[in-house]
Amino acid sequence: MSIATVMTKTSPLDVLQRWLPKLVLAPSMLVVLVGFYGYILWTLVLSFTNSSFMPSYKWVGLQQYMRLMDNDRWWVASQNLLVFGGLFIGISLVIGVFLAVLLDQRIRREGFIRTIYLYPMALSMIVTGTAWKWLLNPGLGLDKMLRDWGWEGFRLDWLVDQDRVIYCLVIAAVWQASGFVMALFLAGLRSVDQSIIRAAQVDGAGLPTIYLRIVLPSLRPVFFSAVMILAHIAIKSFDLVAAMTAGGPGYSSDLPAMFMYSFTFSRGQMGIGSASAMLMLAAILTLLVPYLYSELRGKRHE
Amino acid sequence: MNDASVAQRRSAADLLPSGDGGAKRRMRAISPSRLAIHATLLFAAALYLVPLVVMLLTSIKTPEDIRTGNLLSWPETFTLIGWVKAWSVVDGYFWNSVKIAIPAVLISTAVGALNGYVLSMWRFRGSQLFFGLLLFGCFLPFQTVLLPASFTLGKLGLANTTAGLVLVHVVYGIAFTTLFFRNYYVTVPDALVRAARLDGAGFFTIFGRILLPMSVPIIMVCLIWQFTQIWNDFLFGVVFASGDAQPITVALNNLVNTSTGAKEYNVDMAAAMIAGLPTLLVYIVAGKYFLRGLTAGAVKG
Repeated sequence: MSIATVMTKTSPLDVLQRWLPKLVLAPSMLVVLVGFYGYILWTLVLSFTNSSFMPSYKWVGLQQYMRLMDNDRWWVASQNLLVFGGLFIGISLVIGVFLAVLLDQRIRREGFIRTIYLYPMALSMIVTGTAWKWLLNPGLGLDKMLRDWGWEGFRLDWLVDQDRVIYCLVIAAVWQASGFVMALFLAGLRSVDQSIIRAAQVDGAGLPTIYLRIVLPSLRPVFFSAVMILAHIAIKSFDLVAAMTAGGPGYSSDLPAMFMYSFTFSRGQMGIGSASAMLMLAAILTLLVPYLYSELRGKRHE
Repeated sequence: MNDASVAQRRSAADLLPSGDGGAKRRMRAISPSRLAIHATLLFAAALYLVPLVVMLLTSIKTPEDIRTGNLLSWPETFTLIGWVKAWSVVDGYFWNSVKIAIPAVLISTAVGALNGYVLSMWRFRGSQLFFGLLLFGCFLPFQTVLLPASFTLGKLGLANTTAGLVLVHVVYGIAFTTLFFRNYYVTVPDALVRAARLDGAGFFTIFGRILLPMSVPIIMVCLIWQFTQIWNDFLFGVVFASGDAQPITVALNNLVNTSTGAKEYNVDMAAAMIAGLPTLLVYIVAGKYFLRGLTAGAVKG
């Protein structure tokens, strides 16, 4: 008996079976360690060097970060991110929640309407940007259409207005993502215990009160998830800017992701580009760490 | 208890016809507030459709028509010249995207399925840590890996190639694909796999015979998610490919944002529709899975 177990333990097939799970996971582990974490470290190293058109490994300390802090374009891009991110997240949430609550009222053809709200999410930001660039075209777009329709004094030239171009990006991004917020909240609303709503109705509470006071507060996790995802989209927004404004006029609609791309790959300033990438990572981490922490803690309590 | 809750439901429905009750359909159908809700929803739907309708209308107009009419005016003369011209510009790039997307989607999904299987059924010391590290990859801003990745592709001789883009999409796609499958397999009862193991079934037998047959929904979710991500990608395309190797998103952006010659908006819009149609079709055909993919990462974490 004991001999038999020893024999099966040493049989090569059995050893293989025992190692198989690790072998299967090994390539991915390698790829993640190198391609994710190794490359982040590499970029971090580059951000401390004087790399320009080609990578160089001459250490210059925090010089690239100082140059970044002195760079007006970086500040414009960062401020734009705050404005763009804030408005994009806020408006998408308001529209998404509003539509989700309305759709939750046992609407006939709900599936059909939902499909329409969500279709922009299937499109590339480049397609979205192209479409909205045309819609917001000063002279031929909505600008002209609303005048043709009788609104004589209507002007819409935000796309070429340094101070307002950022709102064009907000409009396009909200169009793309608000349907997604709607879907998230609708799924959340469907999981709310209906007896709570009924009890509140018995107590004489009106529907708006019930939603604002009881239902929506109970969807806090969905709210956090939505903010996380939208913030993540905002920080990574690059394609939308590229397609709609290319950062212009001037660099008035630049975002950090666009800044990083143009300094690293068009202007041959890898050092500054890497420094800006590290700051983007820092921004994501400040959002992500508390989020993941609360998520994991919540899971443990389950 | 049961009777009480039924009574409660009845009284609630009587108090508030627009609330969530089972009965009283007729009453709700005529109430003005329900009418307002429907009108709002349909109006919003119309607004969401405007950009698509504008794209379609513009793409079938003549350039003169575009100048004299407006976004939503009906075409004076219907023409496909925009589509023909657009296709002649993006033809090759469209197929580049197909050649990038198909292998990258299939490989990343297969890798994700196996990873998810190990991470849920064959945990070992460190596998949870690995999962945590991978999870972070879902949120990784790719700007932090672009430069090293382009150096690596250059070293491998894969810069500006379809194979290079496939590789990049697989590497940076496995975070999500693994997450999908891991979260799906975690809900499969352990007993099922334990019994099979006692019967002497091996690693791949259990995967192939037990888990794979029940994975059809999550495979669909994963395939659709990956296809949408990869087809719509612009960042990797513009950084790692140039010239003839570009995917369609990059070609579209070049077409729309080059300022040489007169702007042909009909061509721009037709090209944008060509770039958008594959993912749009997938969404229309398999919207259920598309939505599940979007919410899987968000709601379940």
